[in-house]
Amino acid sequence: MDIIGAQLVNGVSYGLLLFVITCGLALVFGILGVLNLAHGSLYMIGAYIAYSVTVNSTENFWIALIIAPIAVALLSLLIETTLLRLTYHLGHLSQVLLTFGLAYVFHDLASMVWGSNVLTVALPPSLSGTTTLFNQNFPTYRLVVIGIGLVLAAALWFIQEKTRWGAIIRAGLCDKEMISALGINIKLVLTIVFIIGGFLAGFGGVIAAPILGLYPSMEFQTLILALVVLVIGGLGSIAGTFAASILIGLVETFSKYLMPELSLFLVFGLMAVILVVKPNGLLGKKVA
Amino acid sequence: MKGNHSIKFLFIFLLMALSPFFLSLFHLNLLIEILILGIFALSLNLLVGYTGLVSLGHAAFFGIGAYASGIVAKELSPNLIATLPVSLLVSILVSSIIGMFCMKVSGFYFLMLTLAFSQMIYSFIHQSTDLTGGTNGLSGIPSPQLGGVDFSNPVFLYYLILLIFAAVFTGLSVLVRSPFGQVLIGIRENETRMKSMGYNTTLYKYSSFIIAGALGGVAGSLYTNFNGFISPSDVYWTMSGSVLIMVIIGGAGTMAGPVLGAGLIVILETIVSSYTNMWMLIIGVIFILFVVFFPKGIVGIGNSLVNNLAKSKPLYNESKPEAVYKKDA
Repeated sequence: MDIIGAQLVNGVSYGLLLFVITCGLALVFGILGVLNLAHGSLYMIGAYIAYSVTVNSTENFWIALIIAPIAVALLSLLIETTLLRLTYHLGHLSQVLLTFGLAYVFHDLASMVWGSNVLTVALPPSLSGTTTLFNQNFPTYRLVVIGIGLVLAAALWFIQEKTRWGAIIRAGLCDKEMISALGINIKLVLTIVFIIGGFLAGFGGVIAAPILGLYPSMEFQTLILALVVLVIGGLGSIAGTFAASILIGLVETFSKYLMPELSLFLVFGLMAVILVVKPNGLLGKKVA
Repeated sequence: MKGNHSIKFLFIFLLMALSPFFLSLFHLNLLIEILILGIFALSLNLLVGYTGLVSLGHAAFFGIGAYASGIVAKELSPNLIATLPVSLLVSILVSSIIGMFCMKVSGFYFLMLTLAFSQMIYSFIHQSTDLTGGTNGLSGIPSPQLGGVDFSNPVFLYYLILLIFAAVFTGLSVLVRSPFGQVLIGIRENETRMKSMGYNTTLYKYSSFIIAGALGGVAGSLYTNFNGFISPSDVYWTMSGSVLIMVIIGGAGTMAGPVLGAGLIVILETIVSSYTNMWMLIIGVIFILFVVFFPKGIVGIGNSLVNNLAKSKPLYNESKPEAVYKKDA
């Protein structure tokens, strides 16, 4: 029983980590309709910045938590205003391809700046201890990740559902022409949403770096996992992304425990089955 | 116009047929690689360019064909009569299974579902070490034979692959001009309309998916025969990405485009890799430029150049009657 409880905590922790990584992608897709294949690259850059900031002093982790997301957000601003805007009239496929090209570019830029060695980000002493739960010792940070994931989910839900900004964003999602006719600068809204998406990607990079580590082509692995979460949850639904993150976290953790060689296979198999049974994902709306 | 085209094709075919006489071995091998990847890109183009289904998992079929060929060549016989049909059958089988799932969805979901399936096949190949050699890949695959001819000689291999390439190219050209191909183009342009006209669009898309998968498998099989080696990285999604890049840079929805794209990528990669290992950076930048500024690819650039020339002397513009018509009106 203790083992199952421990795996449960690990699964939920991993799931919420996936949520932290994926929510920016889900937000951008839901509102801009842009499937950002460079999301993994933004995540990677956030993680690498965290490494650079913390390499001399682990206490700098808190500074990294602020600097990295802001740096990635600025990068997103640059991408949105210089490149992405050029493709809005070309259709969704061009945007996917553009971000795919960006992922290639960032891959080499990152290996140019940070090399291609496997790196780790150390935690400050206050987070690196262990906590006993179900008679098992857990790294405290795993529990912290659960807290961060829950807070982030609650904050996103609150902003989207209960504030004026959230209302504008939701309205923009439904009808872009109508909302600009109501006197709202929709272009600015799109830019801001993309920046928030970048911020969240960078934040996810910092949070995930101590657990998942840094290695070449990490961004593609993360991106694929994030896409699976996005599809299972349903494109453009934060609640669905949340549910799917937890589901994938649990499935992957338990399958790694029970039948390790099948775990990746199971996750993709689950995605295929869900897509066939519920083509719009668990909680998604119809996407044309 | 038609005669003009045949002369052009005859000329290109002659040039290709004679190239072993004036190309060095290195360049000949490069040309072989272009032809193989050209077949691969053409197969994806049937999906992306003509049917309008953007797949990010086409490397799955390439890999399946390649591994099937490699395993048969090692375990049974390196005879092409054995390897090629087995690759073809296995990739048809797998693409019909994957296709059944993928036909249920469209748009972004299709893109991601194909990606998921190709990753499943990748992890299968990666993990079944006994069958596929796992991370190490399959090496020491004997060079192909047919009848008494041993294709370890690159010139023979070149002619063999040129022949298959010509067959695939001609076959696909006929296919996309046939009523079947026109229905596919109709689906790309407006699927709802094709449905309301009574076409079973799912069946057409499914057939297109299987044909693309089968030809991808053929390309993979030839690749193994040419290289004598296959590794899981050839099934990874970056392979799916680069073949999609070839199709888009060359010009999706044209016959010449994917081949030109494959040629450009292979030649560029050979040149660039002798100077720097920042290959992904360079191809990424080129790809972005094409996506933003030349969405119709190399063929699109060529066409607009030809059109500009034609505009300056409209009297001789017989091949584009609609342009002349507009000028009169």
